[in-house]
Amino acid sequence: MDVQKHNGSLIMNTATMAYRNLLKTVHNPDRFMDVIVQPVMFMLMFGYLFGGAIAGGVQAYLPTIVPGILMQTMLSAASGSGPQIREDLDSGVFDRFKSLPMAHIAPLAGQLFADSLRLVIATITSLTTGYLMGWRPAVGFGWIIVIALLAIFTGWALSWLFALVGLLAKSASAVQSFSLIAMLVLSFMSNAFVPLHSLTKPLQVIAHLNPVTYVITAIRQILATGSWTHEAGLVLGVDVVIVLIFAPLAVWAYDRN
Amino acid sequence: MAAINAIEVSHLTKQFGKKTVVDDVSFKVRPGEVFGLLGPNGAGKTTTLRMMTTLLKADAGQVMIFGHDTVKEGRLARSMFGLTGQYASVDEDISARENLMIFARLNGLSRSDAKQRTTELLNEFSLVNSADKALKNFSGGMRRRLDLAVSLITRPTLIFLDEPTTGLDPRTRTQMWDTIRRLVKQGSTIILTTQYLDEADQLADHLAIIDHGKLVKMGTPAELKQQIGGSKLTFKVCQTAQITAAVQLLTPQVGQIQQTDSALSMRLNQVNQLNTILTMLNQAKIKITQLAVQEPSLDDVFMDLTVGKN
Ligand SMILES: Nc1ncnc2c1ncn2[C@@H]1O[C@H](COP(=O)(O)OP(=O)(O)O)[C@@H](O)[C@H]1O
Ligand SMILES: [Mg+2]
Repeated sequence: MDVQKHNGSLIMNTATMAYRNLLKTVHNPDRFMDVIVQPVMFMLMFGYLFGGAIAGGVQAYLPTIVPGILMQTMLSAASGSGPQIREDLDSGVFDRFKSLPMAHIAPLAGQLFADSLRLVIATITSLTTGYLMGWRPAVGFGWIIVIALLAIFTGWALSWLFALVGLLAKSASAVQSFSLIAMLVLSFMSNAFVPLHSLTKPLQVIAHLNPVTYVITAIRQILATGSWTHEAGLVLGVDVVIVLIFAPLAVWAYDRN
Repeated sequence: MAAINAIEVSHLTKQFGKKTVVDDVSFKVRPGEVFGLLGPNGAGKTTTLRMMTTLLKADAGQVMIFGHDTVKEGRLARSMFGLTGQYASVDEDISARENLMIFARLNGLSRSDAKQRTTELLNEFSLVNSADKALKNFSGGMRRRLDLAVSLITRPTLIFLDEPTTGLDPRTRTQMWDTIRRLVKQGSTIILTTQYLDEADQLADHLAIIDHGKLVKMGTPAELKQQIGGSKLTFKVCQTAQITAAVQLLTPQVGQIQQTDSALSMRLNQVNQLNTILTMLNQAKIKITQLAVQEPSLDDVFMDLTVGKN
C-alpha cells in the first residue's frame, strides 16, 4: 500500500482529537460520574435541606436553586479540563502529538470539544433532576434550550481558562486543588443558593464582583420573563471575550510546554 | 541528489538554568545507517533527541533533516521522521487498534488507508490478539512495540528511538533488536540512544559517546575499540599475601594494573607478552587462577571516557 499523505486540515485534526477524548471517556465512564452524581446530589441535598429555611418550601426554592446548581455544575465540569490536560501533558502522549505534522491547536481544541460533551451531560442532568423534583418553569421549552446553551457556552468559555491553568501549573494535583477551590468559591460566593439581599454586606460585595452571579441572574431572568434580557446579552459577550483572550493564551502556553 | 546526509547536527547547545545539558554537539548521520548516541543516565541524550525532533528549542546550533532546517521548515521536517520517545507515548485508556487509528488519522491518512495500515502494523508487531484490549493490561514489551508501530505509520525513512530497550526483559530486548534490524534492512535510517554498550555494539554503524552534554568520542564501534588498545588480561592471585608482589613484578612489563580484591587486570600490547608474564609469575612462585584474555569491548571505551565523572 502506498501511504497517501495529505496535509491534515485543522478541522479534521480537531475532530480526530475530539474523537480520541471521547473514546477515552467511553472506556472510562467514571469520567462522567462527577458531572452526573454531583448535580443530582446537590439538587436533592440543597433542595430538601435548605428549601424550607431559605424559600419556605422545596417548590418555592427550585427556581432559585436550579439555575444555581446548573452553573455550579458547569464550573465543576469546566474545571475538569485543567487536570485532564496536565495529565495528558505529563503522560508523553503530547510529545507525540507535537512531533506530528498537524495543526498545533488541534490537541487543545479536540480536548475542549470533547469536554463540551461533559457540559451537555451535566446540563441535562441538572435540569432533569430539577424537573423530577417539581421544577416547572413558566416559559416554553425553547427558552429552556436557550438557558441550557447559555450555561454550556459559559462553561465552555471557562474551560479555556481552566485549560490555561492546567497548562501553566506544575502538577496535576496542583491543578486539581486549584480547580476545586475556584469551583467552591465561585459557586458559593454568589447568588447560586441564596438571594443576594440575605447575605452580609461584605459577602454581597464579593457576590456582586463574582461573574457567576451575573450568569445566574441572566438565566433566572430569562426563565422568569421568557425574553432575552440585557444581562443575558452581556454574559454572552463576556463569554466570547473570555474565549478570545484565553484560547490564544492556552495555545501559547501549550506551545511553550 | 548525491549523498545528502540524513541528519546534520551542528553546534547544538541547550542550557537548563545555569546547567549546560547539551554542549556544542555536532555530528552527521548517513542515510541507511544506525547511529547510536551512547551515554550514561543524565548525559543529555534525550535532550539532544528532543531538539532534533523539534520538541525542544535549542539555545544554539542547527539541525538539518534531509537538508531541511528543523526550525525554519518544522512541519516539513516533522513529516519526515518517526519518533519513539523514552517514555511510552501511547494512550493508556484506549486500545492498541484505536491508538493506531487515531495516530494514522492525525498523520493525514484517509479513513480506509488508516484502517489498512493499522491492520498491517498490528500484524507486523504481533499485536493482533490484543488489538482491542485496554493498554492497561499490556506488558512493557507490548507497549514498546505499539509505541514503535505508531511511529512507523507513515513509513518514515528516518526513525528516532530513545532508549528502545530500557526496562525490557532480555527476550523482549532481543525481539526489539530484531525489529530494528528489520527496519534497517527495509532501508530506514535509525538514530537510537542507549545506555547499554552491548546494544550499541550490536546495532550501531556509527557511535557518538556523550557525557555531561559533551560529545567525547565518535566512530564505528570497531574504531572506538581499537583506540583503547590491545587485549585485556585478567587473573586472580591465589594467595592474598602475594598480590602486592605480583603487581610490583608486572608493572614494569604492562604499565598500569587495575586491582579489585585478588583480581588483577592489565592491557597487553601484544598477545605474546602473555608468555613473559606467565614465566615471570612462575619464577616468582606466584600461583594464579581464572586467567582470561579478552578482546577490548565498548565497555572499556565507555569506562575510559566516562568513568569517575558521574
Ligand atoms: N526540562 C528540564 N529542566 C531542567 N533540567 C532538565 C530538563 N530535562 C533534562 N534536564 C537535565 O538535563 C540532563 C540531561 O538529561 P537527559 O537529556 O534526559 O539525559 P539522558 O537522556 O542522557 O539520560 C539531566 O541532568 C537532567 O536532569
Ligand atoms: Mg533519556
